[in-house]
Amino acid sequence: MAQKNMICITCPRGCHLSVDTQTGAVTGNSCEKGAEYGKNELFHPMRVLTTTVRLEGQTGSRLPVKTAGPIPKELLFKAMEEANSRIVHSPVHTGDVILENIAGSGVALVACKEM
Amino acid sequence: MTEYHELIVVGGGPAGLAAACEAWEKGVRDILILERDKELGGILNQCIHNGFGLTYFKEELTGPEYAGRFVKMLYSTDVKVKTDTMVLNITPDKEIHAVNTFDGYLVLRAKSIILTMGCRERTRGAIGIPGDRPAGVLTAGAAQRYLNIEGYLVGKRVVILGSGDIGLIMARRMTLEGAKVLAVVELMPYSNGLNRNIVQCLEDFDIPLYLAHTITDIEGGDGRVSKVRVAQVDENRMPMPGTEMEFDCDTVLLSVGLIPENELSKNAGLELDRRTNGLVVYENMETSAEGIFACGNVVHVHDLVDFVTAESQAAGRSAAAYLAGNHAAGKADLEVKTAGHVTYTVPQKLRLANVEQSAKLFFRVNQVMPKAIVTVRSGEETLATFRREHMAPGEMATVTIPRVLLEKANGTITVTAEPAEEI
Repeated sequence: MAQKNMICITCPRGCHLSVDTQTGAVTGNSCEKGAEYGKNELFHPMRVLTTTVRLEGQTGSRLPVKTAGPIPKELLFKAMEEANSRIVHSPVHTGDVILENIAGSGVALVACKEM
Repeated sequence: MTEYHELIVVGGGPAGLAAACEAWEKGVRDILILERDKELGGILNQCIHNGFGLTYFKEELTGPEYAGRFVKMLYSTDVKVKTDTMVLNITPDKEIHAVNTFDGYLVLRAKSIILTMGCRERTRGAIGIPGDRPAGVLTAGAAQRYLNIEGYLVGKRVVILGSGDIGLIMARRMTLEGAKVLAVVELMPYSNGLNRNIVQCLEDFDIPLYLAHTITDIEGGDGRVSKVRVAQVDENRMPMPGTEMEFDCDTVLLSVGLIPENELSKNAGLELDRRTNGLVVYENMETSAEGIFACGNVVHVHDLVDFVTAESQAAGRSAAAYLAGNHAAGKADLEVKTAGHVTYTVPQKLRLANVEQSAKLFFRVNQVMPKAIVTVRSGEETLATFRREHMAPGEMATVTIPRVLLEKANGTITVTAEPAEEI
């Protein structure tokens, strides 16, 4: 059985995973999230995107945002394009939805700060 | 006019916030935080990436979200805050001089002080890169602030020197914003950054990482960086002739280490540790001056904010105990020394009267060791050994030593780490 070695990026611990390329079975993980990451990374890599969007009506001009969950890796640049064309107005609260369904991923872009 | 407070916290970043909240929790009712930025949260405000809080909150947060939780906690107390306030001097008898545009020049007195000034980045001057002195050479953290707070991308074609986490994070961030990151160049044969950042910041975007390489020349005669030369280094970290590469770029970012910010500590006459460049602390995060505590990156540079929070809560508890008169002062029973591959420990001194069940020591090693044995000795006697996997300079390590073992030690304990073949 072929194995693919990778480093889990779910948390800063950075476990060294070994994933079966046929079944997606993971060894070397310290938690359930690691098993899920290893399998996803093999078949369909996903990433959380964090960036900023333009904010008006505030001294600080950038609002930090993130995707509410991971999105497919290949959509990162499309998502950046959409985020960079969005302008929001103060006040904004942590968790407010800034963009629904970013880059067609089904995941929302949400605010990370009270501004 | 002098203003009095029970407890003054110098710095409103993650360390200051956690220390103040914990001291409040433990009954201190007159607390003031002094913060030089316009808002609380410190460096977390510009660390918009995620990965914070997995240990403390059991969920993955961005920097602003992590800071936001503590700011919210703080606002549920009556802790006072002065932002946009620069502390100029701290005297050994706990007088604090500060200035802001609202109060003007302030003289404050406190029964207890917690120092949480954090750290700052090493600059080009600190590492002496040869070449021209053009615009476009910045520390990675400065570029991060420009981009994430002010909204300015500092360059289009970028070479990053140093593979610390801020450099790696900025490689991804600038790539996503449309810049081309040509290379990350690391002097050492290993990266000081977290493994996950090598994967998700470099490998995801096919950014090459040149280990055991350095920048040997920066060109920019017309006022802006135009080219850098990179060469491989030998085992003595000297550039090797014939290995040079050239990169046409307009920006060089430096991610070459952090130094605790201790100008105020020096004026206060506090003892510093040459190994950490930070403050020497006792088991309860007290500095060499009674009633002055310290925590976070001003003591030693942390990899994870969650550890800063834990350390700062300990400092907050200790300050509360000190103010309640429930605190053992005086000289150290044990000095902690280092040997082998261990480069420093925090705390550096232990007073057994303040150690309850066990003492936790934080330390770093100076080489990558897939498997290692950590030994705590007193003189010739081995007090404890610990087996560890994947030790690296970029990852802070800990050992927890039971009090009963410490009681056997005489004057000093020595912490060493050696590579182990088989475990």
